[in-house]
Amino acid sequence: MTTWEIVVGLEIHAQLATRSKIFSASSTAFGAAPNSQASAVDIALPGVLPVLNKAAVEYAIRFGLAVGADIPPRSVFARKNYFYPDLPKGYQISQMDDPIVQGGRVTIVTEQGDKQVRLTRAHLEEDAGKSLHGDYPGTTGIDLNRAGTPLLEIVSEPELRGAAEAVAYARTVHGLVTWLGICDGNMQEGSFRCDANVSVRPMGSETFGTRCEIKNLNSFRFLERAILFEAQRQIELLEDGGRVRQETRLYDADRDETRTMRSKEDAFDYRYFPDPDLLPVVVDDAWKAKIAASMPELPQAMRARWVEQYGLSAYDAGILTSNRVMAEYFEALVQVVGGTGAAKLCANWMMGELLAALNRYELPFSANPVTVDRLAQLIQRVQDGTLSGKLGKTVFDALWQNEGEVDAIIEARGLRQVSDSTALAVVLDEVLAAFPTQVADYRAGKEKMLGFLMGQAMKLSGGRANPQQLNDMLLKKLQS
Amino acid sequence: MMTETGITEVGLAGLSRMLAKRQVSSVELTQEFLRRITQWNPLINAFITVDQERSLADARLADTLLASGKGSLLTGIPLAHKDIFCADGWLTTCGSKMLSNFVAPYDAHVVGLCKAAGMVLLGKTNMDEFAMGSSNETSYYGAVKNPWDIAAVPGGSSGGSAAAVAARLTPVATGTDTGGSIRQPAAMTGITGLKPTYGVVSRYGMIAFASSLDQAGPMARSAHDCALLMNVMAGHDARDSTSLQRPAEDYTRTLDQPLAGFRIGLPREFFAEGLGSEVAAAIESALAVLRGLGAKTVDISLPNSALSIPAYYVLAPAEASANLSRFDGVRYGYRAPDYVDLDDMYEKTRAQGFGDEVRRRIMIGTYVLSHGYYDAYYVKAQQVRRLIAQDFARAFDECDVILGPTTPETAFDFGSKSDDPVAMYLSDIYTIAVNLAGLPGMSVPSGFDGRGRPIGLQLIGNYFSEARLLGVAHQYQQVTDWHARVPTLVREGVSA
Amino acid sequence: MSLDFQDVRRIAKLARVAVSEQDTHMYQHRINGVLALVAQMQAIDTQGVAPMAHALDVVQSLREDVVTETDLHKKFQAIAPQVAGDLYLVPQVIEHDD
Repeated sequence: MTTWEIVVGLEIHAQLATRSKIFSASSTAFGAAPNSQASAVDIALPGVLPVLNKAAVEYAIRFGLAVGADIPPRSVFARKNYFYPDLPKGYQISQMDDPIVQGGRVTIVTEQGDKQVRLTRAHLEEDAGKSLHGDYPGTTGIDLNRAGTPLLEIVSEPELRGAAEAVAYARTVHGLVTWLGICDGNMQEGSFRCDANVSVRPMGSETFGTRCEIKNLNSFRFLERAILFEAQRQIELLEDGGRVRQETRLYDADRDETRTMRSKEDAFDYRYFPDPDLLPVVVDDAWKAKIAASMPELPQAMRARWVEQYGLSAYDAGILTSNRVMAEYFEALVQVVGGTGAAKLCANWMMGELLAALNRYELPFSANPVTVDRLAQLIQRVQDGTLSGKLGKTVFDALWQNEGEVDAIIEARGLRQVSDSTALAVVLDEVLAAFPTQVADYRAGKEKMLGFLMGQAMKLSGGRANPQQLNDMLLKKLQS
Repeated sequence: MMTETGITEVGLAGLSRMLAKRQVSSVELTQEFLRRITQWNPLINAFITVDQERSLADARLADTLLASGKGSLLTGIPLAHKDIFCADGWLTTCGSKMLSNFVAPYDAHVVGLCKAAGMVLLGKTNMDEFAMGSSNETSYYGAVKNPWDIAAVPGGSSGGSAAAVAARLTPVATGTDTGGSIRQPAAMTGITGLKPTYGVVSRYGMIAFASSLDQAGPMARSAHDCALLMNVMAGHDARDSTSLQRPAEDYTRTLDQPLAGFRIGLPREFFAEGLGSEVAAAIESALAVLRGLGAKTVDISLPNSALSIPAYYVLAPAEASANLSRFDGVRYGYRAPDYVDLDDMYEKTRAQGFGDEVRRRIMIGTYVLSHGYYDAYYVKAQQVRRLIAQDFARAFDECDVILGPTTPETAFDFGSKSDDPVAMYLSDIYTIAVNLAGLPGMSVPSGFDGRGRPIGLQLIGNYFSEARLLGVAHQYQQVTDWHARVPTLVREGVSA
Repeated sequence: MSLDFQDVRRIAKLARVAVSEQDTHMYQHRINGVLALVAQMQAIDTQGVAPMAHALDVVQSLREDVVTETDLHKKFQAIAPQVAGDLYLVPQVIEHDD
């Protein structure tokens, strides 16, 4: 039985968060009335010409600097020729031989440790318009508002092994581009989309299998599902003695499968050549230095600092720095909670409760309903013994539901931890009286009865008993 | 064939003075040219679109400006634009069925500049379809006739502008030149035309043929008029990335500079086999005139100039194949009436909307860029292009300006080359290298052949030497009258 | 290098130009004539010569990221072959691809 290795390379299209388009002065705002943001240049009237947006170039440089890539002194725009109704010029202005960002690497955090993923390149290009089907029978409607929106296409080497790594990589890149402020990362609006090149090979093989490209995956879940399906399809094909055909495929989310869009034979011949309407883009060291100076602390640096300064695990620090809003939240939280050991506690709460809740509801961190102050107060209430760890989680759930301030929730629900030994003794006496057999068993050597008795006592206290104190007192009573 | 003295023979500077002194109004001037267009255009076919009301509205506005003293030098002077320039509200066809219904919704930069100068637009001139041609026979609107001999082509692609100027249907016109499309028709119709350095005139709003070669320029009866129109047309435009940022120039500043000691380079390749004897003789006579003005001649060589046509017929079709992809029947222009699906719509629209020459060049361009051929054709042609530019750079170490014929022969008869594209392409043999190098070049009338068809000499300058070229041409025109001759055919009404 | 019948069909398809069978032969003949002319380039050695894409060695100027365009779709769509609901209409497209 062959063990298969799944090999993935990703091409990520990140829409750059410029105000105007890459080659025209039209707005890039999402959701405007059809064609209301399609200028003469965007609809490719005869005679119009492209003029390059400085911010788009700066954003690409920002990305390149952040991934340690080479930003060559000259880069060149090329025409990629194909006919499609949402591509008004009949060619897309892109980059081919001399992209603006060359090489670089992205560190992804996996449960097996960090992994460096090398980038082939990142290049600037323009987005196409949108084709709308079904509004008018027998026709497709074309809205060119999106045409000309700047894209940074980020191409990885085929170094991702399996769907989980591919998703971790995509999330890291997503975190990075939003961190840098060059992309809003809104996947529903198509601001961040992935094409996945998937192949399989027997584990240990040095050569790559034939790959298929899956186009336009616009959520991390679809990315994962599509790779899993596609890899399985290829493995079954090969195990049945078949061959994988190089082709472009589409992922159908409703049916959770990929299917052929076009095979290599009818692949387009894009006829790339340098765009004569645009001149070489020159980036000198002074410009790069100026951009570098304007950049925020990068996630990798922040992560290293947190490991050093806060004693966080590399894994936790990696996760918490995967998103700028989250990282800023964490630093603010540590500040408010204060005191030694606050950072670790804060990390535990964020990793354990907050991220779990966000994942459960499939929300981005920016949609987090729990404010820094409230979470800090909750952590302090656990620290000072007002709340047990367990009831802290109950309070967290209430905060998630936006039920108000921490202390008010504790009071309203009567969740204050009981550490009064007189009150705890009453509870314990009642339990020991109710379960004489179990008490006898324990004393006869069945130690696991301790857990049972603790559970009964905690239950009787309504979960409010200080667990450490309760445990100590129970032991004492059983030994007496 | 003789010189005349009517208002149609007055140069731009003279017209400007007359307008300023109210000796003539812009409306009167415009009416006179419109009258001539009405009279002669049915025969010459130089204009695709004329809109008298619009022109007269421009003229009335110009008269108001002149009356209030707000006019500039060319305010109130009529001109014609080649139909490759988008003009807001004007049908702009580029000589093609593809754009036969295209009313441009904006002004080209050049059109805007002329409008801002207060010039009056008489109409849009006929041209080879998408500027692809050297005879004007590829126009969807029918060929333009050469005013000197209606059996002869006017040259192309700016044949409509050339014929309109030659026939005195407009004082000046704009043209565009990708491989000789201003200079070759200027030579064939006995007028003066300038192709500036690439990047001096904005290409914004000029329908692209081969973007890295296309350049607009003036076409007029004299170098002086070309210089005055250049003063309006030239200048940086932020909407064209290839438009150069340079200080404004007065192109008339060196018109009166004498030619004493001036070095004229004669490339031996331009006087070799293939050059017609009558053209050669006319160029020799012109050289004698220039020597008489104090210029010296030096022999130079442009060793790779023979490769300019092969390189051009890779680069221009390649760029054109992409530039013309936007004509797909979706957003403007022609769409085939019947089709079964999207690809069928594209293929029929483009087969029906483009003429034969355009389709052929699109296909050549598509081929040379296609997978596996790019290096052998496109990259090679770009390397040859550099060698050609280097030839010129070396030549300009030895001379101030290069002189030769504009075309190997005078205007040929209709149909004589239309079945043989390669023979047609060879009529641009002396002009194409200039576009590949991006240099300025001009054609200046310098005689007639035995059949009375005009001969042009070509001046080629170093980058940004337009004023100098115009100066040489102007000095030559001070002592010759080839440029002032009027075609017999259209003389009626010329003498006032 | 010269084109055969199938090459011409392939190129016509790539260029989205419908060409009849009969015209294919005509195009084949004429395009091959042009390619023969073009082939003269192969006679000279260009090894080491940098390809020249632009006439002058100038660099791209950059535009500030400012929105100055206004909504002109009514004007632009007045000259469009087929429009409904402010959309340009084309024959139905089955799958999206970019």
